[in-house]
Amino acid sequence: MLKRIGRRMLAATIAAGALFAPALAQAGEVTFWTWRQEDRAAYAELFAEFMKANPGITVKFESFAVEQYATVLSTALAAGKGGDVIHTRAYGGLEQFAKAGYLLALDNANVPELANLGDDARASLTLRADGKVYSYAFASQTLGLYVNNEVFKRAGVTPPTTWAELIAVSKTLKDKGVVPLANGMATAWMAEVFTSVFTNPLVGPEFSADLLSGKATFSDARYVGALGKLLELRDYMPPGFTGIDYPTAQQLFLSGRAAMFAGGSFEIANFRKQNPKLDMTFIAPPAPAAGAPRLVSKFFDGGYAVNAKSTNQADALKLVRWMGTKQFGDKFSALLGNISPIKGVTIADPMLAEVAKLNETSAPYITAVYFRYDSPTGSELLQSGIQKMMAGSMTPAEVGASMTQGIARYFKPFQK
Amino acid sequence: MSLFVAWPLLSALRYAFFSFKGVAPDAFVGLANFRDVLTSEPYASWTWRALWHNVIVFTSLMVVQNGLAYLIAFALLKGLPGHRVHQVIVFLPVVLSAVIVGFLWKLFLHPMFGMVNAALALVGLPGRPWLGDEATALGSLIFTNAWHWVGFPALIFLAGMQRIQKETLEAARIDGANDRVLLTRIIWPLVAPATTIIFTLTFIGSFNWFELPYVMTGLNGSPGGATDVLGLYFYRTAFGNTTSGLQDFGRGSALAVLMFLFIATTCAVALRYLRRREIQL
Repeated sequence: MLKRIGRRMLAATIAAGALFAPALAQAGEVTFWTWRQEDRAAYAELFAEFMKANPGITVKFESFAVEQYATVLSTALAAGKGGDVIHTRAYGGLEQFAKAGYLLALDNANVPELANLGDDARASLTLRADGKVYSYAFASQTLGLYVNNEVFKRAGVTPPTTWAELIAVSKTLKDKGVVPLANGMATAWMAEVFTSVFTNPLVGPEFSADLLSGKATFSDARYVGALGKLLELRDYMPPGFTGIDYPTAQQLFLSGRAAMFAGGSFEIANFRKQNPKLDMTFIAPPAPAAGAPRLVSKFFDGGYAVNAKSTNQADALKLVRWMGTKQFGDKFSALLGNISPIKGVTIADPMLAEVAKLNETSAPYITAVYFRYDSPTGSELLQSGIQKMMAGSMTPAEVGASMTQGIARYFKPFQK
Repeated sequence: MSLFVAWPLLSALRYAFFSFKGVAPDAFVGLANFRDVLTSEPYASWTWRALWHNVIVFTSLMVVQNGLAYLIAFALLKGLPGHRVHQVIVFLPVVLSAVIVGFLWKLFLHPMFGMVNAALALVGLPGRPWLGDEATALGSLIFTNAWHWVGFPALIFLAGMQRIQKETLEAARIDGANDRVLLTRIIWPLVAPATTIIFTLTFIGSFNWFELPYVMTGLNGSPGGATDVLGLYFYRTAFGNTTSGLQDFGRGSALAVLMFLFIATTCAVALRYLRRREIQL
């Protein structure tokens, strides 16, 4: 009896699911799922070009709220639904879907355009267990320092190139009544970005390789020392910076009340939209001393994947292949103000071109690139730790130790 | 109806016993997920910290919000001039959504542009980053919750007080009872059914607290977990935080099951006691 009721409940649930879940595309129609609602117009233009070149295929753009995207996607994919082409995150965010078998493996046979990507771009969308690529990288992002040129000019200072200069410039700006650094700590992920911007040059170019080999942990003197340097910046952040959130920090910078903003290249388009008159430069963060490399932090945002259950895989692959061409990359960079990772892409925008140049002296955004694959992620541990450290309730050594211990749950080199 | 209620609960229960291969169920792991969230670091510290914050929230709301509501209800019962207007004013925030209230108070408490710090500055007191300070963040959320909800228990208490026969209160007055005696010795036992309802709703609301901390301090329970509660911790674990975490349905379901058991058991025990108390009083 119970079994029968159970079976009926299951059948009813499946029927309800089939009724309400979004259906896969019809023949000739490719649905594209994304969390980038704000990019609808740009994608409409991009897809129009694809559809012109591929008569008989229509691309349907379907977007979801960023906070719910992963949940909606996992639910749909588990039910054999979802878009034919799916916008995915990179690193661990991709791996959890690829590992479950929901995405089609891309290789040189079905997507020869993979050859257009660099090794780091391919690695960001590779499932570590089988070494296969499951998504086609769409953009790289760079973390650095924004400078409001007008404010700097008015204060009679020049953008800092070393840590000592950063402190000296900040002091001058503060004396002139300007908030030197717009950043606050209230938005956890921005606190992580802030940390990476300033610590990457301080820990040096070998640090991430040392972490991966187990030669160093986050308790290493280089990392703990770099975290300690961040404490010097507290005097130059907005009043009550522990309660200043991301939107406030953006507005402080955009309005000229703050002179610098530690953030990512993903801000460029948004900053320009909000204040088209803003005279800003994106620079590499200061080096520990003159002559040392000024490393920007680099990572990949995500990619375009093909649903393993898509009934229209041939067309979906055609779209992904097209999104791997220089033609797409050129237009993508121009329309969305992001750096396409496709080799040979022309970046017309001077500021974006400058960011691309800075990428030549980059180091990985460590917590995102290497430690977002397993739980607890390095990002979770750092975000919580850095907020406490900047508020004075944790020391840099304690933050490093908590990250090392948390990551040691699954990361063998830390288990010594 | 039972399908829509029972099936998600049973699914969560089932998932709590499975490990996950990415976002797909993998192998049966027995009680491993429960062990992880209760005893294995760093999850155990996070679980107990979140639970402790829920306990603080519940206790504070019972004392501050519901205590104030009791006094407000008494003031309204006395029918002082303008009591009808005040009744509406007290109840007005209740009709607003938690999201609106959260955004509103986030602005009021803003360290640079907030009304609260501006008001303090007027009387020469220093402002604070209320939501960015570990010492004040949870308190600020509790205060906001009390501001939002105080009208609801006040109305329930008022309804309870209005059911008391006037003769009873007048007799007490004739016998020399002042307001304090009336409130503590006469009215308090007679509004026992209202107290039961308020206790139960406050308990469930406090241990399922989500919207307000989510809007005001984010999914991480910033700063540094100072406002982390079970609702946020469960959501973050099960559905992932797009900027830091992964979806972990196994441990998330274990947390959901534990929360359900804790709330259901405590409510059942408390209700039994409160019902008995109602009869005794």
